[in-house]
Amino acid sequence: MAVVSGPPPYRDATVVEPQPGQHVGFFTDSSICIGCKACEVACKEWNHVPIDGLNFLGSSYDNTGELGANSWRHVAFIEQNRPVAADGSGGMRWLMNSDVCKHCAHAACLEVCPTGALMRTEFGTVVVQPDVCNGCGYCVSACPFGVIERREGDGRAFKCTLCYDRLKGHMQPACAQACPTQSIQFGPIDDLRVRARRRLADLHQQGMAEARLYGVDESDNEVGGLNAFFLLLDEPEVYGLPTHPVTTTRDLPQMWRTAAVAAGMLALGVLAAFGRRR
Amino acid sequence: MPSLGTSFGRGGATNFQQDLANSDCIVIMGSNMAECHPVGFQWVMEAKLRGATVIHIDPRFTRTSANASRHVPIRAGSDIAFLGGIVNYICQNDNLFREYVVAYTNAATIISDDFKDTEDLDGLFSGWDAKRHSYDPSSWQYKGMDLHASAGDTEELEPRAGNDRFGGHGGLLTRAIPPDRDPTLQHPRCVYQLLKRHYARYTPELVETTCGVPKDVFLSVARALVENSGRERTSAFCYAVGWTQHSVGVQYIRTAAIIQLLLGNMGRPGGGIMALRGHASIQGSTDVPTLYDLLPGYITMPHAYHHTSLDAFIERESGSTGGWGRMKAYMVSLLKAWWGEKAGPDNEFGFQYLPRITGDHSAYQSALKMLDGSLKGYFLFGQNPAVGSANSKLHRFALANLDWLVVRDLVEIESAAFWSNGPEIRSSELKTDDIKTEIFLMPAAAHTEKDGSFTNTQRLLQWHHKAVEPRRDARSDLWFTYHLGRIIRAKLAGSSDAKDRPVLDLTWEYPVVGDTQDPDAEAVLKEMNGVDASGNPLTTFAELKDDGSTACGVWIYCGSYAHGENQTARRKPGTEQTSVAPEWGWAWPANRRMLYNRASADPSGKPWSERKRYVWWDDRLRKWTGNDVPDFTADKAPGYVPPDGATGDAALPGDAPFIMQADGRGWLFTPMGLKDGPLPTHYEPDESPVRNPLYSQQSNPARQVLKHRLNPRNENGDGHARYPFVMTTYRLTEHHTAGGMSRFTGVLSELQPEMFCEVSPELARERGLVNGGWATISSSRASIEARVLVTDRMTPVRVQGKIVHQVGLPYHWGFQGLSKGDAANDLYGLVLDPNVHIQDDKAATCDIRPGRRPR
Repeated sequence: MAVVSGPPPYRDATVVEPQPGQHVGFFTDSSICIGCKACEVACKEWNHVPIDGLNFLGSSYDNTGELGANSWRHVAFIEQNRPVAADGSGGMRWLMNSDVCKHCAHAACLEVCPTGALMRTEFGTVVVQPDVCNGCGYCVSACPFGVIERREGDGRAFKCTLCYDRLKGHMQPACAQACPTQSIQFGPIDDLRVRARRRLADLHQQGMAEARLYGVDESDNEVGGLNAFFLLLDEPEVYGLPTHPVTTTRDLPQMWRTAAVAAGMLALGVLAAFGRRR
Repeated sequence: MPSLGTSFGRGGATNFQQDLANSDCIVIMGSNMAECHPVGFQWVMEAKLRGATVIHIDPRFTRTSANASRHVPIRAGSDIAFLGGIVNYICQNDNLFREYVVAYTNAATIISDDFKDTEDLDGLFSGWDAKRHSYDPSSWQYKGMDLHASAGDTEELEPRAGNDRFGGHGGLLTRAIPPDRDPTLQHPRCVYQLLKRHYARYTPELVETTCGVPKDVFLSVARALVENSGRERTSAFCYAVGWTQHSVGVQYIRTAAIIQLLLGNMGRPGGGIMALRGHASIQGSTDVPTLYDLLPGYITMPHAYHHTSLDAFIERESGSTGGWGRMKAYMVSLLKAWWGEKAGPDNEFGFQYLPRITGDHSAYQSALKMLDGSLKGYFLFGQNPAVGSANSKLHRFALANLDWLVVRDLVEIESAAFWSNGPEIRSSELKTDDIKTEIFLMPAAAHTEKDGSFTNTQRLLQWHHKAVEPRRDARSDLWFTYHLGRIIRAKLAGSSDAKDRPVLDLTWEYPVVGDTQDPDAEAVLKEMNGVDASGNPLTTFAELKDDGSTACGVWIYCGSYAHGENQTARRKPGTEQTSVAPEWGWAWPANRRMLYNRASADPSGKPWSERKRYVWWDDRLRKWTGNDVPDFTADKAPGYVPPDGATGDAALPGDAPFIMQADGRGWLFTPMGLKDGPLPTHYEPDESPVRNPLYSQQSNPARQVLKHRLNPRNENGDGHARYPFVMTTYRLTEHHTAGGMSRFTGVLSELQPEMFCEVSPELARERGLVNGGWATISSSRASIEARVLVTDRMTPVRVQGKIVHQVGLPYHWGFQGLSKGDAANDLYGLVLDPNVHIQDDKAATCDIRPGRRPR
């Protein structure tokens, strides 16, 4: 067990060596993100993720744009110029948040995968096995967050693995280790949830009423809880996150039942029609 | 570093970044700390979390502003008006920490009756010599004390004020205790009253019309500083090249030094002035150094005319009192380190072997000498002037006029490729066939591929070990320098020519290791640390002798290899030691993490307050003790009074914490050491859209303007139509300086893939600029193109009743690498600060138009 150095509020937070059978994930505290993008660089270097093209987007300091096959961490930059209130609040604000795959408890990508390339690991995370993936792309349309994508020129789907190889080696993921402010925290999900709620309470006490958690409670989404959740300072949409994510496969059983009923009805109808002829 | 040097005695940052966590208020100005020093910024965040107020004053709203309690937009180039306003606020409201100021600064000292202020002479101090374009500082002296030695020289080739001594520090007084002091601070000629009068016109109203900072915003900053200073609380300043890179940059920092002395924030936890350096070992490069006018440890480089003998050198450059009183021991030990047995009392320890300077040989002067053909060969070690130096176009022309050029870098940077690929080749201003420069591009090993040390921003030496072997022909700078010297010596062997003796007599035997025959870096550290006559490593610079019995390569690094162990390689975790972490690496001097820490105790040796206790006098043990190594003679009692005729440290009383100053005090007023005046004064940048509101003297009179046809200047003054906007340069987190380490790397290049400029929506409307489109930015030097980022983070400021727009320009780009673009430095001229010869590229004027530049 190593002790993390760095600033509060997480000075005493410890990095637990990941153990199989224990569900681990990320808590990203955007209130202390400084937008350095060390997470993006560390991720690409460790996982050999290819360059995504040199494109100037004219979107604040964000030239990554979105998560995809070649961007497994994405720091969003949101500039807000709000009117200054009588108490001095408001004014210029520059929000930053490092987005990542949520490793959903009810992962639609995994459910639709016909080859079994997408799997749930012993750490509770969701990983694509590139040697099994056939590039069908079902997972791409299934993801409610737009995380997973097929790689151009390769065809297979890629996304954050939560550094599966590092977890197996009892190390924390590269992005969390590179983060200089502990905005990205790695650990057992239950511990991170406690930490996130405590941090929210502290911020509310400091008068930051706009602070909120995203994906910590299972009740605020229909993906069964996220293994990567966030502390945000504005509505999720501002950061490009869906307010109320839904597992896209949620209605599939009902749809199949409906389809079965419809098919049955049709069959009956056909039978009746042919029967009459006879 | 002469600003901190003349104010406090040493040119280094006065505190350490971890200590910022103890601050109650942190003002970050002239720095974008979160982006450029993200790791150190964590302690600012920690302070904020503990309840500190963090204020970022900057023309742009940056990632630092985003994390500060408050961002204050300011017009680039107006910082002295702002800071002078704070000095005035402190004086007018009697907010100074009086007990500290009277005891620990030169506030009470009476200044010569001949001194005249800029308020008397409309922007000039007494002693200005218009013909020689320099000051004679004799009227700035303490009353009753003569200027030491240098007066009356007829062969002087440099300006007379502040001859770059010791990197400019207050070492040269003839007596430690000035004859004339007024501890009540009432005497009209005492420093405090002169200071108060000098800044009396720097009112909140003047700040508003000069800096574009509304009066109430300015007052909230002044109040935050005052309320968070005193016995119980401390405030800190952080700055970087946003302060230094101005034609009056040294004086920007001086103004902060004055504020910190008046508020009693020096030498105390959570206080100080954090000088943030731009590279991993920039502090090391001034300590050891790479500067033309200094020897290791801030010893003056001998001058051809003034320093004809070792004795004359010591007589002229060594103070008799304070820490520099022992300069002969440092100098002789340095000569012994370099010439070993060949250095003895009979040959002045080899003093005549040292090269001499005859004037300004700084980088920009060198470029002009390349252009006129008098400088024929050049080494570039990890430097890229074709992108990174102001007026980079002039530098490309200069490099193209050399006979030979050696470039040591990781990749083929612009300074090695200008002859084939530069913009002047494409524009036909230069032709490859006409360029005679022979270029040797030598691949360099990265820091991960060699052993060595970094000296970081807080004087901390940290050792790094080789992780992998350098690839192919790449080699360390140490390898290159050592073997070049070895080969030159082999070629000269047997020579009887006297001019070859300094090279042949050098101590040049270093053990080599590995297949690449790399010199052992620890052997070099050991030489810097120094040894006694039997070859045993020294433990402290106090052991250095002036009789030739000790050898020491860098006297301030003495102790870094104490007991034969590499102290810089210590990595004891923070959890296993105190928060000062004295066993992590090694800091100069003598592993003191906070300089001048004697000032954390009151004159009687007790902490000013429990909350801010740090170092104190233990009366039972009769010595100084506390959380850090005391920056004071360990057993010198607080009540010590120096006997008549005492010299060196013994001449300083027990309540004088600034031990490198000849009078042991922090200098609010600098009687010597600076070329542009004893008190900071607001001058407009060389290129400014407005007139100086205070004086008819528009800009720093002592600034250096380099005259060359490739270095024209934009017309100056009131609302000039051609170049109406202010432009300022800066760095991004995603890139490193001139781009050699980042623009050639895919994962970094894609994060900031193109040269861009930042403009406000108001300026975009005025000029028809479109976000994501192209703009051409022009000055009288060049036109460059950049993608446009329209952002609310840029704020137009109201100055002297009119709106001033500012254009932000990251300076990383050049024509080589994966991510290419025009160099912002093409736009800037060579107008320099007179003390350190640094360019003014934080505030000049420009125009901006939509569309790409003409081809």
